[in-house]
Amino acid sequence: MKKGKVSILEHELVPLHEVMTEREVEELLNKYKIKKEQLPKIKASDPVIKEIKAREGDVVRITRKSRTAGRFLAYRLVTK
Amino acid sequence: MRTKRIKAIKFGLLSPKEIRKMSAVKVITADTYGEDGFPIEMGLVNQQLGVIDPGLRCKTCGGRMGECPGHFGHIELAAPVIHVGYAKLIHRILTATCRECGRVLLSEEEKRRYLEAIERQREKQADVDEVVKHIFKEAAKNEVCMYCGEYFSIDAEGLDEELNNKSSVGSELRDRIEDRGFSVSKNALLRREIDPECLFCWSRVPGVDNERLLQFLIQDFELTWLKNAHISISKKDDKTLVIARGKRSVEFSLSAKRDRVTLNLEDGSSYEFPVKKEGTELFVYNFRWLITDKEKVYILKKVLNKLDIYCGVRQKQIKHEKPTTYKEIDEDGKERRLMPTDVRERLERIPDEDVELFGMDPKSARPEWMVLTVLPVPPVTARPSITLESGQRSEDDLTHKLVDIIRINQRFMENRDAGAPQLIIEDLWELLQYHVNTYFDNEIPGIPPARHRSGRPLKTMAQRLKGKEGRFRGSLSGKRVNFSARTVISPDPDIEIDEVGVPEEIAKELTITVNVTERNLELMRETVRRGSKNHPGANYVRRADGKKVKVTESNHETLAEELDIGWKVERHLVDGDIVLFNRQPSLHRLSIMAHYVRVMPGKTFRLNPAVCPPYNADYDGDEMNLHVLQTEEARAEAKILMEVQRNIISPRFGRPIIGGIHDYITGLFLLTRGERKFNKEEALDILRDIDIEDLGEPAGTMDDGSPYWTGKQIFSAILPSGFDLQFRGKVCVKCEERGLRCEKEKCPREAYVVIRDGKLISGVIDEMAIGSFKGMIIDRIFRVRGEEAAKKFIKKASRLAINYILQAGFSFGISDEDISREGKEEIREVIQEAEQKVERLIRAYEAEELEALPGRTVEETLELLIMQELGRARDEAGEIAGRYLGIENSGVLMAKSGARGSILNLTQMAACVGQQSVRGERIMRGYQDRTLPHFKPGDMSADARGFVRSSFKDGLSPAEYFFHAIGGREALVDTAVRTSQSGYFQRRLINALQDLEVKYDGTVRETRDTVVQFRYGEDGVDPSKSVGGKSVDIDEILREEIGASA
Repeated sequence: MKKGKVSILEHELVPLHEVMTEREVEELLNKYKIKKEQLPKIKASDPVIKEIKAREGDVVRITRKSRTAGRFLAYRLVTK
Repeated sequence: MRTKRIKAIKFGLLSPKEIRKMSAVKVITADTYGEDGFPIEMGLVNQQLGVIDPGLRCKTCGGRMGECPGHFGHIELAAPVIHVGYAKLIHRILTATCRECGRVLLSEEEKRRYLEAIERQREKQADVDEVVKHIFKEAAKNEVCMYCGEYFSIDAEGLDEELNNKSSVGSELRDRIEDRGFSVSKNALLRREIDPECLFCWSRVPGVDNERLLQFLIQDFELTWLKNAHISISKKDDKTLVIARGKRSVEFSLSAKRDRVTLNLEDGSSYEFPVKKEGTELFVYNFRWLITDKEKVYILKKVLNKLDIYCGVRQKQIKHEKPTTYKEIDEDGKERRLMPTDVRERLERIPDEDVELFGMDPKSARPEWMVLTVLPVPPVTARPSITLESGQRSEDDLTHKLVDIIRINQRFMENRDAGAPQLIIEDLWELLQYHVNTYFDNEIPGIPPARHRSGRPLKTMAQRLKGKEGRFRGSLSGKRVNFSARTVISPDPDIEIDEVGVPEEIAKELTITVNVTERNLELMRETVRRGSKNHPGANYVRRADGKKVKVTESNHETLAEELDIGWKVERHLVDGDIVLFNRQPSLHRLSIMAHYVRVMPGKTFRLNPAVCPPYNADYDGDEMNLHVLQTEEARAEAKILMEVQRNIISPRFGRPIIGGIHDYITGLFLLTRGERKFNKEEALDILRDIDIEDLGEPAGTMDDGSPYWTGKQIFSAILPSGFDLQFRGKVCVKCEERGLRCEKEKCPREAYVVIRDGKLISGVIDEMAIGSFKGMIIDRIFRVRGEEAAKKFIKKASRLAINYILQAGFSFGISDEDISREGKEEIREVIQEAEQKVERLIRAYEAEELEALPGRTVEETLELLIMQELGRARDEAGEIAGRYLGIENSGVLMAKSGARGSILNLTQMAACVGQQSVRGERIMRGYQDRTLPHFKPGDMSADARGFVRSSFKDGLSPAEYFFHAIGGREALVDTAVRTSQSGYFQRRLINALQDLEVKYDGTVRETRDTVVQFRYGEDGVDPSKSVGGKSVDIDEILREEIGASA
C-alpha cells in the first residue's frame, strides 16, 4: 500500500470480510445443501477482495451490522 | 408441479430457401375475393393459406376452421429490399468488411483473439454483445483490406529523404512503384505511422513472442547468425534485453521514460522503436508508411535496403441514411448510392468464418438474408378479415399492406420487362422498399406512416407486438378474464368487514359450477327450476356426458326434472360464496382480498368503510373488481390466506391496516371523553344491535336517583373480558420529551389509556386506539384473541361509534372556522410582528451585518431565517386559532382525535395560509428582481415573496391568490410526476424480484436455488407476524410479567 493511504478494510462502512477455510466452506455448503456455485458471488476485482487477497474460488464470510438482526453473516463466492 | 429449465433459445434469420420451402403457395395476385364471393387462386386470401370461413376446408391440409392452423405463402420480390429491422446491423457489417473481398477488416491474429473472447462469453452464458460491438468498432477503423491485396518490394536506396517527407509522394518513390506495374496518382498521400502489429512484449520477454522477435531481426536486419540454435534471450537488467549466441550479441535498451526502445547493433549503429503501454505491459512496435490513393492503399515496411510493399483495397466510408439507404463516400466527398442488390452482393461475399465475428451463426443466419428477395406471407388465420353487417368484407391491416406490396412488385416487373428508364425503375424500387418497410414497422422515424383510407395509420407487424397493448404485455403476460365483474363501490357499515355487497344483476351473471350429488340433488333441482332470470337460479347445466345446455325460459322446468347425479350446474352467485375483491393499482397484497358475497339490490358493490384503508379506496366514484373462484382448491386457498380478517395486520409495518376511520373515531372519541353520563335507556340505545353480554353495574345515580353509566363503561361492554392493555393515545402531547412527568392515568388530556380486565379505566379512545394504521386495541385483540375476535371487535366498535354519533349529532361548517375578534387581533399581531422581524433581517442583510450560517452564503442564511420566522408565525397563529376555537370545535376535535384533517388544515382555514414555496424556496420567479409588478425591484419582504397572511376563510388578496396558485401548481405537478415514476419503479422492482422465494430453511432463493439472502430479512421474521416491525415487543412482555407498573 502506498504511503498515506488508508486500508479500505478500516473504513466503517466496509464490513468484515474473511476468507473461509475449506472445512468451514464444506460445513456451510452442507448446512444449506447447496453447491458452491449457488452462493452469491463477489468479483475478484472487488476492492475488498483484492485487499484481503482472496482468490477465485474462495468463499468469503462477511459479518455485517444488521438493522433487524443486530449481526448478520453472509457468504460470497469469489468469481472472475 | 414439474418444472423444466430452458437450456437455450436460438434466434436465426429465415433464408429465402426456407421461406420458399415453408410456403404453401406463391402469391401473385393483389386481389382477395372474386366477384363470386370466393377467394381468388394465388390471391392474398387464398384457401391454401388456411380457412377463416366456417364450413370451408383448407386446400393445403384439409382441416376445417379451428383445425387448420393456417399456412404461410410467399411473394417473390422483383428486386431485393432491405429489411428495416436489420438496417442498422447491415450498416455496421458493411463498414466492418472489405468492399472487394468481403472479409472482416481485422488481422488473422485479431480475429482469433475475438473469436476466443466470444466463445468465452458463450461458455459463461454471458452477453456477447459487448465483444461484438468492439469488433465492429475496431474493424471499421481499418481503411485497408489485408486479404485481397498484393505484395511486392522495391529498392529503398536513396529514398530516405522522400520517406521523411510528410504528406506527398516523391517522384522517385512513385517511379519505383510504377515500375512494378502499380499506379500512384499525383495527389496520393504519404504518412508514417506505428505498425499495429507488435514486435514483442517487453514486459514478458523472455516469453511468448521470441519467435517473432528473432524472425524480425533475421529478416529486417539480416542478422543471419541468429538463425542458428543456442540463442539466449535474457534481461540483463530492468532496462536492457540481450540477445546473444556465443560472443556475438545485440541489445535492446528501454529509455528512461519507457516510451521507446533502442536496438544497438554490433557495428555500433542503432535503431529506435516506439513503445506503447497497455495496462501494465509494454509493447514494442515498428514504424511503417502508408500511401493512400483513390482506390488503393500501399503499406510500406522498410527491411534494410528494401521496401516491402503491400497494396490493398482502400475502404470507403459508408453512410446510412435512415431508414434503409446506404451511400458510399469517396475521399473527395462524392456519394454513390448502394442499391440493395449491391448490399446483398457484398454481404454474400463474407465468408462463414468471418460471420461468426458478428456473434451470428452462419448456419442459421447468413448476413445476406437480411436483404429480402422473398417475402413470407403470413397465414390468413393471422390476419382474418371480418364481414360487416352490410355484407361487405373488411380486410386486416396486414392484408392491406401485402396488397400494396404485391401491386408495386407487379408494376416493377412490368416496367423492367418493358425496358423502362432507370429513373422510373429506381422510383418503383424505392416505393417497394417503402411498402416493405411499413409492412414490418409503421412507426419508423423519418418516413410517413402508411394510412388506411380513413386516415388511420395501419397497425403492422411491429405495432402488433410492441408496447402495453402489444402481443407480449397485452396478450401473453396479461389477458382478459372470465367470471369477473366491475362496478362502482359505495359504503355499507351494516355488512361485515369480510363481506361485499353484490348487485343482483351481477350475481345472476356470475356463476359457480356445482357437481350434483345425492346430497344436493334436490337443492340443485330447485335452483335450475328457478331458471336463469330469477335470482338464486342457474345459467347452464352440463349433462353427465359433458354436453352443455343453456337454461332458458322454455327448458328450465324439463331440465330440472332431468337433473341427475353426475351433472354439473352453473348456478348464480349466492350469499356466502367466497370471491376475490380488488382495487387497482394493486400495490400490495392487501389490494386483493377474499370477501363473502351478500347479494343486494342496487347497482354498486357495497363495502364496509373499515376496509377502505387496505384498498386505499373511497366512495367518490372508485370502481373495484370482483373475481369468482371456480375450483374448490382456489376457494380453500382464498379462505385460508386471503380472508379480510386474516389480513388485518399489514405485512408492511406489522400493525393493523384495517380499523376505524372518520366518524368511527369521532364517535368513540366523543363517547369515551370525560365522564359522560347515560341512563339505562340511553345506554341500551347506543348499544343497540350489538351483541353484548353485560353492561355492568351502574357508575352511580343521577340527581333524580336513576342509575347511570359512563361512556367509558359503554365502550367497555364491547371489549373482551380479561383483556388488559395500556398505551398513550393520539392526544398525548409527550410530556416526557419536554422534561415533564407523565401523569399516566391522571393525564388531564385523557391521553393515557388503561384497559384492565376488559374495562376502560382511563383515557379516551382515539385514532391510536381503533384507527387504521395504528389501532393498538385492534392489534392486541388480534394477537391475543385471534382474527375472528378482532373482526368482531371492529364490527362492534363501528356499530357503537355510529350509534352514538347518530344520537349525539356532529357537523362541521364554515362558521366553525369563526374566531372571535380578540383571537383575530392576536393572530394579526403575531403575523405583523413576524413581518417586522423579517424586515429587520433584511435590513441587517443590506447593512452587511448578517452572519452567515456554516456552509451557507449570506443570501441563503437570510432566506432560511425568513422562512423559519414565517413558518413559526403561522404555527403560532394556528395555535391561537386552536385555542380560541376550543376542543369542543368539530374541526379541532377531528384533528386532535385523528379522525380527519390536521391542525395545519385548520390553521390555513381559520388563521393564516402561510408561506407559498417553489422547490422549497420562497417564490423568486417572475420579473427581474421581483415576482409581480406590484412590488419594487429587489423587495425581499414577506408579502413580495409569496407569504399569504390571510386565511382561507377571510379570503386571499389578488397577489396572495396568485402566489397560492403558483405553489398549488407545483404540488399538482409533483404528485403527477411522482405517481408515474414510482409506478415504473415498482414495475421494475417486481420484474426483478418476482421469482424470489423464502424456502423452508429460511433462505431466500431464486429459481436456480441460488441463495440471495441467507435468512429472510436477516432476522427471518415475517413482518406480518411482528409487532410494528419488531420481532419481540419487550415492553409488552415486561408489562405482562411484572405487572402494570412497568
